[in-house]
Amino acid sequence: MSTIISLPDQATARLPRKSFLNEEYGIKSWLLTGDHKRIAILYLVSITFFFVIGGALAGLIRMELLTPPSDLMATDTYNKVFSMHGIIMIFLFLVPSVPATIGNFLIPLMVGARDLAFPKINLLSWYLYMAGGLIIFAAMVLGGVDSGWTFTTPLSTHYLNTHVTTAAIGIFLAGFSSIFTGLNFIVTVHRMRCPGMTWFRLPLFVWSHYATSIIMILGTPVLAITLVLVALERTLDIGVFDPSKGGDPLLFQHLFWFYSHPAVYIMILPGMAVISEVISTFSRKRVFGYTAVAFSSVAIAVFGFLVWEHHMFIMGVSQYSALVFSLLTMLVAVPSAIKIFNWTMTLYRGSITFETPMLYAFGFMGLFTIGGLTGVFLATLGMDVHLTETYFIVAHFHFVMVGGMLMAYLAGIHFWWPKMTGRMYPEAISKVSAIVTFIGFIVTFFPQFLLGYLGMPRRYASYPADFQVLNVFSTAGATILGIGYLLPMLYLPWSLVYGAIAGDNPWQATGLEWQIQSPPLTVNFVEIPVMDHEAYDYEWLANKTVHEVQTVG
Amino acid sequence: MSHISPVLWQFLVNWFKNFAVFPPEASTIAPYADALYFALVGVTITGLVLVFAMVTFFSIRYRKDRHPEAVQIEGSTVLEATWTLIPLGIFLVFFVWGALLYFRIYNAPPNAMNVYVVGKQWMWKVEHPGGQHEINALHIPAGIPIQVTLISQDVFHSFSIPAFRVKREAIPGRYTTVFFQATRPGKYHLFCTQYCGTDHSGMVGWVYVMAPDDYRAWAAGNTSGASLAQNGERLFAVMGCNACHTGTSQARGPNLFGLYNSRVRMTDGSTMVANEAYLREKILNPSLHVPAGFVPIMPNYQGQISESGLIDLVEYIKSLDSNYRLHQMMNKSVLDSAQPEPIGSANQGAGAAPVPGVQKP
Repeated sequence: MSTIISLPDQATARLPRKSFLNEEYGIKSWLLTGDHKRIAILYLVSITFFFVIGGALAGLIRMELLTPPSDLMATDTYNKVFSMHGIIMIFLFLVPSVPATIGNFLIPLMVGARDLAFPKINLLSWYLYMAGGLIIFAAMVLGGVDSGWTFTTPLSTHYLNTHVTTAAIGIFLAGFSSIFTGLNFIVTVHRMRCPGMTWFRLPLFVWSHYATSIIMILGTPVLAITLVLVALERTLDIGVFDPSKGGDPLLFQHLFWFYSHPAVYIMILPGMAVISEVISTFSRKRVFGYTAVAFSSVAIAVFGFLVWEHHMFIMGVSQYSALVFSLLTMLVAVPSAIKIFNWTMTLYRGSITFETPMLYAFGFMGLFTIGGLTGVFLATLGMDVHLTETYFIVAHFHFVMVGGMLMAYLAGIHFWWPKMTGRMYPEAISKVSAIVTFIGFIVTFFPQFLLGYLGMPRRYASYPADFQVLNVFSTAGATILGIGYLLPMLYLPWSLVYGAIAGDNPWQATGLEWQIQSPPLTVNFVEIPVMDHEAYDYEWLANKTVHEVQTVG
Repeated sequence: MSHISPVLWQFLVNWFKNFAVFPPEASTIAPYADALYFALVGVTITGLVLVFAMVTFFSIRYRKDRHPEAVQIEGSTVLEATWTLIPLGIFLVFFVWGALLYFRIYNAPPNAMNVYVVGKQWMWKVEHPGGQHEINALHIPAGIPIQVTLISQDVFHSFSIPAFRVKREAIPGRYTTVFFQATRPGKYHLFCTQYCGTDHSGMVGWVYVMAPDDYRAWAAGNTSGASLAQNGERLFAVMGCNACHTGTSQARGPNLFGLYNSRVRMTDGSTMVANEAYLREKILNPSLHVPAGFVPIMPNYQGQISESGLIDLVEYIKSLDSNYRLHQMMNKSVLDSAQPEPIGSANQGAGAAPVPGVQKP
């Protein structure tokens, strides 16, 4: 089987007269919408807002670390800055980034449904997110939180007089937002697939989001109850985590990481979802080993729940339990390796082009490979003793979260930008920004691996002078990285007005979302489609006669 | 560059000459940790090169210009099995290797010298059994295995010596231990690596590794005069512990002689090993588990004795290897000759002397 896919001539493309964007006008039509696509846009705007704040805080952190003493700001200020950076980036950006924007937009389109199962709950989840986000923002403006994003007890419960409870309430609300999103996705995937859309015809994007949703609804309640206990301990002194009252501070670590380790898979699985789609589309090939990739997502979600104690290897847990958790952590690394190899083999005998989303996807593969393999360092018990709580950890999770997830997010935003807006982003400058982001990222975070092995502890406002050169590299890289992130924030809004008209299927991708007009109608499909082919069937796409579906003119 | 600004040039040259890229290897653990590290780095580079080479090769060979027709391939069970089993095998090797190192770091040999370290916001208080007290510094002899017993007085801290490749969390309410044996005399960083509040980055110090002779000289010159056990003995008397723990058969409290590291039968039928954690818990919260044959009449000392005081008491109980010594203490209720200055006040009434370790109300 072989297929020639040629990109359509976009010169003849016209914007559809009617779409979800111009169905109704006015602020009310957005704030009270039940349309998953409009809610996705609401999310896109709000997470971008919080990303800018979190990014600015990251810039402050790197500026402080340019010199060894804490001279730019007081140590308390620095502690607040890195705490807010972590809280905002994790709970308000990374967790909702791909699922709540791209996922929200695409899951119904990909399964052939008119909306998510519960449109009003979907809107409610955005309001909860905004309420949580604004409360966290208020906590920052009113004086900040210096508990770190990890809220370690008894520090957070008895030794800080900052807005810990306020931030906990904000995270609690944002947590419910992600529970509702997960619930919506699971019900939609189970109940609303179009005729012919069997489980193994679902795009891998949907499989990954399904796995993510499972973690969201099983893990997030544990975080919620943990934060409630922290708040109660602060206000009523109930003594659950206080050793002088018979409580156990290690219990907090268990509860917190029982959510927060699976949470890293909430953050990375949707990124993997995007990469599967992008790599397939720009290789014009079905993803190699579809079932292996689909089940590896589920395996990550399941094993991800059984490894939380690897955050606590040095905390005086039983050495035999540490053995078990180290072994399970090694197992969870395997599905990630499977995915990387399958994506690589998807390129084999493909017909590859190098549009911006593909460049980001290549960046993802390289950086995620480093991020994943350095995770093996940390799963290795004896090595973890030296590396944990140092900059090695910081570098490791930034490789996975920023190098992996943020690259995937940008790949996804560029890939589906024509579908969301009906217009193309400017290709040349976006390629430049993809390359700038990659270089900036490496310069920023690679030196941190070396700093970590040297033993530089994380969350230090000041550090010994012999660590300075590597820190200067890191700060310099952050400047480049900042430019790489700034560019899309400029040219993407520009393209809303001046971008070339995209047409229905500018990439000649196979997903159902590409067979309808761009931007889609509010109802998505005038007639519910019938899926009569496998996912990523480029043969079907090539043979499809020109009777393009649903162009309401 | 040197023509533009010689001063700046000099600065840059010095700056680049003096920066560290690899930590010193100063313990018996360090070479093992580094070997493991380089093996992991090797695997990472191999994996990365493999993926990079394949992606680059495919990108060139199968780019659209050269290969306009994609060939659809479903997958390959053989390949899936290959890249499942080979990484799994490699990861399992590291699992075993890492576990061996971990058990080495956290299980000290029985002859190890014990040092107590109490973490508090934002300093490390080091207490040597011989009565040397240090803040943010740790003097140790090279070539002798050392076990550090850690506890925190307030929040979580983490005791990290990068040159030794060891680290251990200091947790409020429980003892944790870490073992190392320094190899090279020198001065090494000591960090707190668990975020602990305002001055977290100021909770740093130095580890001084000395030749054994130098260490002995240092220890002799820096002792406070009373060993931890002697401080504990004084505290034992001051707190009135000897009223019940008389060591006789009619005593209301258990005999403490030879208690350390023995198995104790509790009223519920279980047995517990009387290690440091057991002794500490029995002082603070004696009614939680009651030894068989006794009634829970001992008061709760939670909040009345500082962590340093508890360490003194634990060391004292550990030192009770002879009933004679206990009786002597009961009868005299004063400190023995090891006390540098005679403390007359101890005779005049318990509690009159300022006793280190007792928290003032």
